[in-house]
Amino acid sequence: MALKIIKPGLSTSIQDLGRPGYFHLGIPIGGAMDRFAMRAANMLVGNPEDAAALEAVFMGPEIEFTEDVVVAVTGAEMPMSVDGEAVEGWSSFAVNAGQTLSFGFLKSGARIYIAVSGGIATDPDLGSRSTYPIGALGGIEGRPIAEGDVIPVGKAEQSPVGRSVSAALRRGPSNPAELRVLPGLYWNRLTEAAGQGFFDDTWTVAPEADRMGYRFKGGRALEFVDREQPFGAGADPSNIVDGCYSYGSIQVPGGTEPIVLHRDAVSGGGYFTLGAIISADMDLIGQLQPNTPVKFLKVDMDQALAARAERHAGLQKIREELA
Amino acid sequence: MADIQSPLPGMFYHKPSPDEAAFKAKGDDVAVGDTIGLVEVMKTFIEVKSEIAGTFEAYVAEDSAPVTAGETLAMVSD
Repeated sequence: MALKIIKPGLSTSIQDLGRPGYFHLGIPIGGAMDRFAMRAANMLVGNPEDAAALEAVFMGPEIEFTEDVVVAVTGAEMPMSVDGEAVEGWSSFAVNAGQTLSFGFLKSGARIYIAVSGGIATDPDLGSRSTYPIGALGGIEGRPIAEGDVIPVGKAEQSPVGRSVSAALRRGPSNPAELRVLPGLYWNRLTEAAGQGFFDDTWTVAPEADRMGYRFKGGRALEFVDREQPFGAGADPSNIVDGCYSYGSIQVPGGTEPIVLHRDAVSGGGYFTLGAIISADMDLIGQLQPNTPVKFLKVDMDQALAARAERHAGLQKIREELA
Repeated sequence: MADIQSPLPGMFYHKPSPDEAAFKAKGDDVAVGDTIGLVEVMKTFIEVKSEIAGTFEAYVAEDSAPVTAGETLAMVSD
């Protein structure tokens, strides 16, 4: 059972829920940028939630199926069709051997997740099929999919057709998008006015936004509290003596354009980080297009944990709806 | 008259590099597969190619302007 890639799209990669446990060695967790959408896609076709699927950014691929399968596409809004006949997102539908799935122009969001009953069955690296191109791990030979690839699919145990995630249970960013931030260890490096300005200003997503990090521009440059830079930190006030980075941490090189580290993040370096996007909002970043307006909202740990619980509850509702 | 649409969101450029001429000017012949501009996203420049043949009319989207997927970039007449 297999998928034949007719057109790969811009950058389409095999992803699952990632390879936790190696970040201390510099290998990021990777996996779906929008884990919520990937879990939902897998649930729709009867796969375990951590099965591997395709993540396509901004442009859909064109895929021919060599066997009868059940497919679901979640995440961004992008019209699609099977042999020219329109099919709906966030729903499971049957595709017969020889048929082709293709996509139109992206309408909203940034990334679609294409789950196939049985799951993608490439060889895992370090316990995951997620593609990490810089480390040449996962995927097909460690790279995004390419024209002519034949991607193996596992055997499906059950493959329900015609199921949908109701619209109220889907999740995507608002416009402007709101991303909640927990201020971090280096917050005291900013002047009070700069810290306030960061939350007051509306930022926009820069074109340099990818799986490693999302860059934002358009807000005021940050001002730092004067200090004598410690040995090894470099002269720029946005520099620190090298430290660890977390997923979601926000670094601001030169104090100008914040970068939020995402699933394929580097694990450490010499920039101060003013805080981190809370885990509940990381999926939303994966659905931001360039030029989208964004506001950062300050929260405390209690609010961050409540948001995480709320996100888990949202997923649980989908599990119950599809059970 | 046919529209050439952006395949993806990003920054649209009329020129291959800042100090070169635009890919097309009014009256130029357009063949299927001709590049009419670039869209920059994720540190990559994607060539926008015409799927129709004809005569170049005009750019609709400005040079160095943000565009969305499906937005009309240029017009080509038969």
